[in-house]
Amino acid sequence: MRIYQNHERCIGCCACEIHCKTENDVPVGARLSKIVPVGPIITGSVPRMSFIFTTCFHCKEPWCVEVCPSGAMQKRQADGIVYVDAEACVGCMACIDACPWAIPQCNDDTGKVIKCDYCRDRTGSGLKPACVTGCTTGALHWGE
Amino acid sequence: MDDSYTLFKGMADIKTIYSICGMCTVRCPIAVEVKDGTIRHIWGNPHLLGGYNLCARGAAGKAFEYDNERPQYPMLRDGKRGSGKWKRASWDEALDFVADKLNNVKDKYGTQSICLSDRGGPHTDFQKTFLAAIGSPNYFNHHATCSNSVHNAHISIAAYARNSVSYDYRNCKYLVLYGRNLLESLGTAESNNVMDMLEAGGRMTYIDVRYNYTASKASKFFVIRPASDYALNLALINVIINEDLYDHDFVDRWVTGLDELRQFVRPYTPQWAEKETEIKAGEIKKLAFEAAEASPAVILHPGWMTAWGSNDFYLRRTIYTLNALLGSYESKGGIVINKTPADTGVRLKSLVSQVPKPRGERFDGCGTRHKHLGAQWGLGQLLPQAIVSESPYPIRAYIAMRHDPIASMPDPEEFKRALGRLELLASIDVNYSETAWFSDCILPECTFLERTDHVIAQNGLKPRLLLRRQAVKPRFDTKPRWYIYKELAKRLGLGQFFPYESIEELIAWQLQDTGLTIADFDRTGYVELTKEPLWFDRKDALRFNTPSGRLEIISPTLEDSSIPSFIPFERPEVLTGNHFRLVTSKVAVHTQGRTTSNIAILNEIVSDNQLWINTDRAAELSIKDGDEVEITVDGFSGRIKARITDLIHRQAAFMLHGFGDSVPARSRSFGRGVSDVRLQKGLLKVSVGGNCPLTECVVSVRPIAEVSG
Repeated sequence: MRIYQNHERCIGCCACEIHCKTENDVPVGARLSKIVPVGPIITGSVPRMSFIFTTCFHCKEPWCVEVCPSGAMQKRQADGIVYVDAEACVGCMACIDACPWAIPQCNDDTGKVIKCDYCRDRTGSGLKPACVTGCTTGALHWGE
Repeated sequence: MDDSYTLFKGMADIKTIYSICGMCTVRCPIAVEVKDGTIRHIWGNPHLLGGYNLCARGAAGKAFEYDNERPQYPMLRDGKRGSGKWKRASWDEALDFVADKLNNVKDKYGTQSICLSDRGGPHTDFQKTFLAAIGSPNYFNHHATCSNSVHNAHISIAAYARNSVSYDYRNCKYLVLYGRNLLESLGTAESNNVMDMLEAGGRMTYIDVRYNYTASKASKFFVIRPASDYALNLALINVIINEDLYDHDFVDRWVTGLDELRQFVRPYTPQWAEKETEIKAGEIKKLAFEAAEASPAVILHPGWMTAWGSNDFYLRRTIYTLNALLGSYESKGGIVINKTPADTGVRLKSLVSQVPKPRGERFDGCGTRHKHLGAQWGLGQLLPQAIVSESPYPIRAYIAMRHDPIASMPDPEEFKRALGRLELLASIDVNYSETAWFSDCILPECTFLERTDHVIAQNGLKPRLLLRRQAVKPRFDTKPRWYIYKELAKRLGLGQFFPYESIEELIAWQLQDTGLTIADFDRTGYVELTKEPLWFDRKDALRFNTPSGRLEIISPTLEDSSIPSFIPFERPEVLTGNHFRLVTSKVAVHTQGRTTSNIAILNEIVSDNQLWINTDRAAELSIKDGDEVEITVDGFSGRIKARITDLIHRQAAFMLHGFGDSVPARSRSFGRGVSDVRLQKGLLKVSVGGNCPLTECVVSVRPIAEVSG
């Protein structure tokens, strides 16, 4: 399962980011998901924008997991979600350096690492990630 | 609905409270998840929105609730006005203070010397009741800088308020927007419905002086010369009449004044309009044909925030006229007339209807000096002049109820100079608004998540009742509005107009004749009053409240007040050198800035404004993208980063509204960006539509290097 984006419907309003931050208590500074506005590029008479929804790719062979010295960064076997066990995280930030896209980030409030885990409590219970659930225009989808 | 929700691990003890958002004035229906007395998450109400969708501002309601940078207890000024020196007061002390001043002003100058303003909307019963009970006619709201011109235009044509109609976007085939940036100044349901329309193959033509996110989703986008939209519309009407594209059945039955209109628009051909608007004549013609082809499933949106130019009223009248010609009124996919609970036989009681309507002339002359402008929304821009001139009588006390004229009216310094002369300036607010900061007393209201308000009606094809409901206990020593006004009224000997001890008791009284109880709102947050949408019969049963009962393109009511129904187009002054016409708008995270601009998680997305300038004009002035520039109007200047783009008209400069916060208690937004209203000098004027002519603000722009050199 992963998050798909309907680019036609996305209006770049950033509701996904705020639902994510609210659901996961993400402090100012860190963003587990992000809308990257690209454009405008003139097509026909209309300047088109693309709003690229970005979050963790949940890699098949995640370097962040490999580099984690405490075993806090893990890949859940059942669904492939890459997540941090906050209890086990020692805050060494090795994963931040290891990730080519700087997906893991430091939670300045706790000194530990946070990252997108597809809201694993929610998705584990058959719900959708918060960004998908709250998206203003229903532009995000959770599926195979 | 996602009932599996409660199965979510560790979530069994989550309670969902259905309520109404208060982060902006769209007031979306929300579902508030509460756990252990704390808000966990705020979603859209799936029963009304079809999903848990909710915009960024709404979702940030939780961050707003748990932010400490808002008034936490009643505050009395302890220094000069605006000095930021306060002393904490008890509720009794603060209420006594305000009531004593009000009593004093009332005795010395009369009841009309007290005025009150708010942000309009459905939750206005308590403050309107309070002011009417005092006996003052001087209620006004923020619409001088928002919807006055579109509202009064609709009154003049249909005798309907601007918000007596809604837009059936989902079934619309052709939508025309004039600067209505509805995907950024957004409401959750509206933006969704428009995306549904586009997905279903509907087309959207977007017209503005600059590109924005709404333009980026449009089927067609025109950059129009500023202040020439009226010229475009005269040409559209010309084509629609001359090419016989109008809806004869509808126009014959429901529209008056077609012959005069035909005469009037004769010179306004597409070729003529091309010179004024810079939109090609062929495109104008095409627009008219395309709209007519889609009719009656067509909407030419009359606008939301329409405090544009001096003649904005006429632009809005032509938009309503175009809708009338294309028969879009009460059509599927067009403009639909809102039905009220009364249309379903349900009578909801209100406090204000129990109070005798105050008589006497208003300070702003609505209904007298400004005969064609109703008193419903008033002319707040005239308050400073009325205070200073004491004409038509002295105004000595003013209560700003969740309205922030110092942040939203043009020329705040002029406003402050006048407000400084009052014997009482009190603010009731959840925020440190700029007006609150300048007040004698702040009575802090509970947030929308901490209070229950009275039941409101949501009018539309399916009228319904909604309730804003307390989700959590107040974090601070704040009070709900029902308590504040009741206590103030008691102290003025007017307690009989607030005959309840709790909000629940008031709601029970409101619902007395409906057979409903407050418990009926528990399950979904609203009460549906009709299963099927209510449509009026377009043949015989439309009800326009004009003297003729029809849509009056030529308005006898206007002409009675010596106001022409149409005026010739006047070409706006061409600005050269370093002069630009300043236009403003919003972004999705800060629509109606001041509730949201200081919220940390929204502020980190957009914390500043920039000045958009056209590439060619910028080159003439040697301004490069990202340069800091000085923007000046008549003695006020600010420094702002330039954003250079081809996608803004050469005559215009653009910045986001709502920045340049001057309240230090709001640490994140304080001092960030430049305030547009401070640049709007001398624009506390009454245009024919009752609006301030905000886009008539002409600014000078210079590179900083030139300033310091």
